[in-house]
Amino acid sequence: MKPEDYISKRKFMEELRRYQKGSVSRRHFLGVTGLGAAAVVLGAAMPGLRTTPARAATDIGDRVVLATWPNYHDPKNFEIFTEQTGAFTQVNVFGSNEEMLAKLQAGGSGWDVFVPTNYTITTYVSEDLIEPLDLSKLPNYEAGAFDPRFSDAGIVDGTVYAVPKNWGTTGFAVNTSHTGGKEMASWKDFWDRTMDDFSGRTMVHDYQLTTIGNALKYFGYSFNSVDPKELADAEELLLKVKPHLFAISSDYQPAMRSGDAWMTMCWTGDGKQLNSDIPEIQYVLGKEGGELWSDYYAIPKGAPHREAAYALINFLIDPEVNAREVLAHGYPVADSRTNALLPKEILEDPILYPAQELLDALEFGAAATLTDPNRAELLARFKSA
Amino acid sequence: MTKRERNWLLLLPGGAWFLIMLVLPLTVVFIFSFGERGDAGGYVPAFTLEQYANLPARLTAFENTMILAPIGTLISMLIAYPLAYQLAVNTSRKWKTVLLVLVIVPFWTSILIRSYAWIYILGGQGIPNLLEMLGIEGVRLIYTPFAVLIGIIYGYLPLMVFPIYVSLDRLDKRLLEASSDLGAKPFATFMQVTLPLSVPGIATGCMLVFILLMGEFLIPALLGGGKVFFVGNALVDLFLQSRNWAYGSAVAVTLIVIMLVTVTVYMRLISRLNTQRDDVSIM
Repeated sequence: MKPEDYISKRKFMEELRRYQKGSVSRRHFLGVTGLGAAAVVLGAAMPGLRTTPARAATDIGDRVVLATWPNYHDPKNFEIFTEQTGAFTQVNVFGSNEEMLAKLQAGGSGWDVFVPTNYTITTYVSEDLIEPLDLSKLPNYEAGAFDPRFSDAGIVDGTVYAVPKNWGTTGFAVNTSHTGGKEMASWKDFWDRTMDDFSGRTMVHDYQLTTIGNALKYFGYSFNSVDPKELADAEELLLKVKPHLFAISSDYQPAMRSGDAWMTMCWTGDGKQLNSDIPEIQYVLGKEGGELWSDYYAIPKGAPHREAAYALINFLIDPEVNAREVLAHGYPVADSRTNALLPKEILEDPILYPAQELLDALEFGAAATLTDPNRAELLARFKSA
Repeated sequence: MTKRERNWLLLLPGGAWFLIMLVLPLTVVFIFSFGERGDAGGYVPAFTLEQYANLPARLTAFENTMILAPIGTLISMLIAYPLAYQLAVNTSRKWKTVLLVLVIVPFWTSILIRSYAWIYILGGQGIPNLLEMLGIEGVRLIYTPFAVLIGIIYGYLPLMVFPIYVSLDRLDKRLLEASSDLGAKPFATFMQVTLPLSVPGIATGCMLVFILLMGEFLIPALLGGGKVFFVGNALVDLFLQSRNWAYGSAVAVTLIVIMLVTVTVYMRLISRLNTQRDDVSIM
C-alpha cells in the first residue's frame, strides 16, 4: 500500500462523525475511510479496486449549500465534486423565485450558491442581496462562449453577478392517453380542458410568474402583465379553475408519473424527463406564448462558505460536467463549449429546442412581476381561496 | 444571598427565555401588523389598519382551520380514549411498557417523511388502487380535506393518548371496586366514576392537540396539495412567497387572538365542569 492510501485513526473518526452528522454521503464515507475498499477486498470480488482518498487541492471547507430547483442536477456530479474537493453539496430545492427572494430578504439563509432566474437579478442587485462575482475564481467562465440572449441578464450595469446555468421554456405536459385524440396546443386548451374532462387531474405551479402568466395568456394578454384589470380577469379564471385542480405545486413529476395527474404546467427539463420515461406524456408550448427563461448561478451576500461556492460554480460550468448535467436533466445550455460535447439527438430534440414560431411567441419574465404587490397577493389569494 | 434573591436567580433563565423568545417576537409581530409592505416585499413602518381591513381575503383559510382543527381534535380524542383505556386498565405491567413504546415509535421519524408516506398511501397507486380491485372506482383521496384530516389525526394521536393514559393509570382502582360493590353495572361505573376522573386527561390532550392544529401548516401543505389551506399555510405564503410581512403579521395577531379567546373559554368550561363534579361528590 502506498502511503497516501493510509488513513489515520483521527481522520477516520472525523470522517465517521461527519458521516453520522449526515454531512457526507455513505459512499463518500466508505470511499475516504477505505472501508468500501476493505469490504470489496474481503468479499474478494474485485481485489484490484482501490479508492482514492479525498485530498482537497485548496482548503474550501467540508460543505457548500446550494439552493436550486427540482430535478435540476446530476447527483453524480456532486459526488465527483466531493471526491475532488472534500466539500459535500447540501441541496435545498425551491418552487418559486419569490420563495428564494423571501428567504434572502429574511436573512440568514445559509446558502452559498443559488439559482436565480433572469428576471430576478436586477432586484437582487438593488436589494443588495447578491455578490458581484470575482471572475478570477471562475476560470471555467468564458463570456464569449455564451449565447447573449441567455447570459445578458447576469450582467447588471457592466458587473457580472451571475453566470448562465440553463435556459428553457414553460409549457405544459399532458398525458395523451387521456386526451381522446384531441390535440392540445394552447393555453386555452389547457384551462378549458381542466374545467371539462381533465377535472381533478391538472396541476399548476405554486409560482406567481407562470400560474398567473399562463392564465393571462388565456385572454391573450401579456405573460408579464401587471395591469389591474387584466390581473382581475386572470384571477377570475384561476378561482373558477381551482375546484378542478388536482394540486397547486411546482413538484409535479411524482403525480404525473403515478398517473394521479394527467396534465401540468411544466418546464423544459421536466417535460424531457417525463417524455423519455413515459412517451405518452408530451410537452406542449401554448401557441399564444408563455415564458422563455434563463437560470443563473449566483452567490448571495454573506455566503458562509464563499470559497466553496466559487469552487462549486466553477466545477458545474466546466463544459464536461455541464454536459453530464444536461444529459441528466434535459435543459438546454447557452454554452457553445458544452453543446459541442452533446450528442446530436439532444441538440435536435424538439422539447429542448422548440420550433422557431413557437419560440417567437414566448416572453422573458419581467422584473416588475417579481415585486408587483398585486401579482403576489393574487396568487396568495388564489391558494387560500 | 437571601431567599428572595435566590428565587429571582432561579427564575432568571426561564424569564429571560420567555422575554427573548416569546415577548419580543410577539411585540415585533404586533408592531409590524400596523405597517405596510415594502416595494420589493418585507416591511416598512407605518400606522395603518389596512392590513386588518384586508383580513376577509383569508377567510377561507380561517374557516378551514376553525373547522378541521376541532374535528381533528374530536376524532383524535374518540380514537385515543379507548386505546388509552385499554393500555391503562386492561393491560398487564409487562405489556404496558412495550405498547406505550409502540405509541411513541412514530415520533422517531420526522413528520415530514411520515407525511410523504401518506402521499403514496392516499395517492392513486395506494388505497384507491386497492378499492378499484374491489370494484369501487373513482375514489380520490389525496389532496382533499379528508386527506388532511387523516394526516393530522395520525400525526397528533400520540399527544392525545398520553395525557388520557396518565389520568386513567393514576385512577384509584378501589373506587371502581366500591362502585361495583354498591351495585353499579360496569357501564354505570365507567360513566359515573372512570370518565369524570379522566376529564383532566381529556382536557389536557384536547388542548395540546387543538393548539398545535390551529398552527399546523406542514400536513395541509403536503396532503392538501396546496388546495386545503390552513391559516398556517396562509402565513407561510405571506412571509415566504408574497413577502407581505405587515399583512402576515396582522393574520398572525388575529390567529393568536382567536386562540386566546377559544382557550380561555375552554378552560372556563373545564374548570366549571370540575367544580360541579366536586359539588356532586361532596353531596
